[in-house]
Amino acid sequence: MGRATLPLVILLMACAAAAQPPGTGGREDAAVRLSRVGQLVAEDVPNDAGGVIALGWVLDGEGALPDSLRVVRRTADGNETVLAMLSGGSTSFDDTTASDGTEYSYVIVSLGTGADPVFSGEVTASSSAQWLHSGRIGMLVILAILSFFIFWFIETSRRGRQFYIREIAGLASVEDAVGRATEMGKPVLYIPGIMDMDDIQTIASMVILGRVALKTAEYGSPLLVPTCRSVVMSVAQEVVRESYMQAGRPDTFRREDIQYLTDDQFGYAAGVDGIMVREKPAAIFLLGTFYAESLILAETGRGIGAIQIAGTAMPSQIPFFVAACDYTLIGEELYAASAYLSKEPKLLGSLKGQDAAKLFFIVLIVIGVLAATVGGFWAPMRGVADFLRSLVAVS
Amino acid sequence: MRLVIPLSITLITGLIMILNYFVPHEPFRFLGDNLQEWYMIVASAAIFLGTINLVQVHVRKIRLKLTNWRYSPVTLVGLVIMLVTGLIYGVVEGAPFDFLFQSMVVPMGATMFSLLAFFVASAAFRAFRASNWRATLLLTSAFLVMLGQVPIGSMLWDKIPLAKVWLMAIPNTAGQRAVMIGAAMGVVATSLRMIFGIERSYLGGSD
Amino acid sequence: MARLMQRIGNLDRRVIFVLIALSVFLPLSFRIVFPNPVGAEPSRQLYDYVEALPAGSTVLLSFDYDPSTMPELQPMAYAVCQHLFRRDIRIVAMALWPQGASLGQEVLSEVADSLGGEQYVDWCNLGYKTGGGVMIVRLGSSIQAVFPADKDNRPWAEIPMLRDISSLTDFALVISLSAGDPGVPAWVMMAGDRFGVPIGGGCTAVSAPQFYPYLGTGQMVGMMGGLKGAADYESLVREGTEGAPQGQAIEGMAPQSVAHLVIMLLIVVGNISYFAQKRKGGAR
Repeated sequence: MGRATLPLVILLMACAAAAQPPGTGGREDAAVRLSRVGQLVAEDVPNDAGGVIALGWVLDGEGALPDSLRVVRRTADGNETVLAMLSGGSTSFDDTTASDGTEYSYVIVSLGTGADPVFSGEVTASSSAQWLHSGRIGMLVILAILSFFIFWFIETSRRGRQFYIREIAGLASVEDAVGRATEMGKPVLYIPGIMDMDDIQTIASMVILGRVALKTAEYGSPLLVPTCRSVVMSVAQEVVRESYMQAGRPDTFRREDIQYLTDDQFGYAAGVDGIMVREKPAAIFLLGTFYAESLILAETGRGIGAIQIAGTAMPSQIPFFVAACDYTLIGEELYAASAYLSKEPKLLGSLKGQDAAKLFFIVLIVIGVLAATVGGFWAPMRGVADFLRSLVAVS
Repeated sequence: MRLVIPLSITLITGLIMILNYFVPHEPFRFLGDNLQEWYMIVASAAIFLGTINLVQVHVRKIRLKLTNWRYSPVTLVGLVIMLVTGLIYGVVEGAPFDFLFQSMVVPMGATMFSLLAFFVASAAFRAFRASNWRATLLLTSAFLVMLGQVPIGSMLWDKIPLAKVWLMAIPNTAGQRAVMIGAAMGVVATSLRMIFGIERSYLGGSD
Repeated sequence: MARLMQRIGNLDRRVIFVLIALSVFLPLSFRIVFPNPVGAEPSRQLYDYVEALPAGSTVLLSFDYDPSTMPELQPMAYAVCQHLFRRDIRIVAMALWPQGASLGQEVLSEVADSLGGEQYVDWCNLGYKTGGGVMIVRLGSSIQAVFPADKDNRPWAEIPMLRDISSLTDFALVISLSAGDPGVPAWVMMAGDRFGVPIGGGCTAVSAPQFYPYLGTGQMVGMMGGLKGAADYESLVREGTEGAPQGQAIEGMAPQSVAHLVIMLLIVVGNISYFAQKRKGGAR
């Protein structure tokens, strides 16, 4: 080696050392320390079908924020799996690949460029499936109480006990309305709402349609049923056909009078308004789920001079029907209609059961209100209020 | 006898969905999730059923020259145009389907909804009569809410918006809760009757 | 006089229609704008909740309405999007109603463009999916399973802002702008009660009364009710940030005010006629 070579080599080594990025060079750069994952917790996710373990942690904040976090899972036989690479700021992770009953150990490793990996402490957990959702026990209790009352009264009515049901003006006028239409020689228009058969109000409406169809079949009045959903149309056709057969008038059943118009809310309203103005029915039934189109339909019906019987459980539309219609079934009166019109013991029994359950819950509400009010300055009542609150809380 | 199968299906699926809500364990979670998927598929398929029925009804009206049959070709042409433009050019922004939607469907829907403003006025004029103390109380509340709902109310008296908020938050909420609770119980009772086959008339059969 | 009272009592509804039309048309024509002070309204509760969200959060905005209710709900959408973008909060949009997806796209692209927001980084539109409440429950497990791609068929994995989103619980807030069913009640019951996700809402004025119980129990963090709710939110956004536009809802307050006054006047006149006829023994 020449005399000038050694200084050149030294100079080159110095330049190379200066060009190295920080943290990758000598002993002094390895002092960059990453934050360690601390307070690592692993626990079975509650109220699920099993197979999920939730990990949660905090970074100790004494070092630099890691570039990434490696989640490692180990089994008792030593098998190690890297579950995920998370961003450095993550604080939770769900292991969705756990097998129920198997104990797993978890470690989270903080990783960063030019820094040594930092390991968290090891925690263990195993997953399991639950047979009862603990957050819904209160709801189960409420459902059990409601069901008990309903089935008990159904059983009581089946044994022959008579129940008094107060008069519901709208339902008592169904026959008068159909009779009026027959006298005037005009059709009856039945509007079952704008929702599909999965809506309980539509189902209740179909039940009432059967009763109304029985009357129109007996009286010989045409029955028009424009529907907003095709499935509702199919059901309505079957219900009306069955009623006409029951009345012994299958020859007067006209399938084409039960037609599908459109799924569009206001397109349906426009179509029904057109039917009202052209056919001029003498009696109009609006029973089911309605939204903004309710007043458009009711006012048009009012304008042609028809007697209108409406019923819905939509709180926002009830005031419009009350203002524009002759009779309005409010809320649960719609659901009571099938029992009221058929006078069938089992249905009347379920209605009484509903009323009994309602009385029970009214008492519970009064107790809860008093407990919450008094509980503000008397601890034992606060406990009562908290208990009642937990009963109705759902998670 | 013909109701046995639908009633059985109703019972089994109803019980599965109830259990799915309270029992997280398999197989109820799996069954419940899948039933919910199936419902979404059936709901989508019902659109085709409606389209077919619509075409059938209007073709029949044209064929038999029933009352107002001349409107039926308009309906069918509209259906075909929307279907064809949607299938060929897609439904993305700027496509012909979107143009037709924005320039025809949107204004027509807004027009129908706007009718409510007129009907509310005529219904209010006819129905709001202070015939007894309850009706008078209702009328007073309606005036307070109507004034509180617009800036003029606060211009007239700054307490009117507060009165409106109180009316909505306290008496109105109490009434709404009562209707909701009652209707919810009605839903539970009706659902239980249907799941256990006590109520059958919605299936089109006699009891 | 008695005949006049009778004629007033039987007033042709077309006269009422003309009066209402004029009460809306004239303030709009003369561009009258009323000041809109905001009190302790539920819309202020929603505004305050959004204002307290940390920058960088993600909010799910569901457009659950159609063109018929656009006049009331679209201004809410604009105001909420203005607020969210100005707070550096990302928006994931979806719809429970078929036309909602298009209406949402219109709002998001317009507001984002005006404020420099970038699609797929600051906002994305997952589009419409049928199923209502049933679908919301599925979102609680996996959003990607319900929406494997966005409205324009871009796969989930290719949307950067969705990397940290897997289920409903990853959202700081869900806001449903709803005109009926499915809408706010479905979100409250299926998302709020089941998964504990905070729910805010916007609804038509006619539906607003039925959602006050949810506000009382804390099941909703706030609500915009009708055009007034939208105007309140617009006013709050304008107060809170410089340069925010006026918005259609505030402009709509003048015609709404005049229309309300006209309706009240008609009711008073109707009652005068009623009592006059009652005194004469002729009232119905």
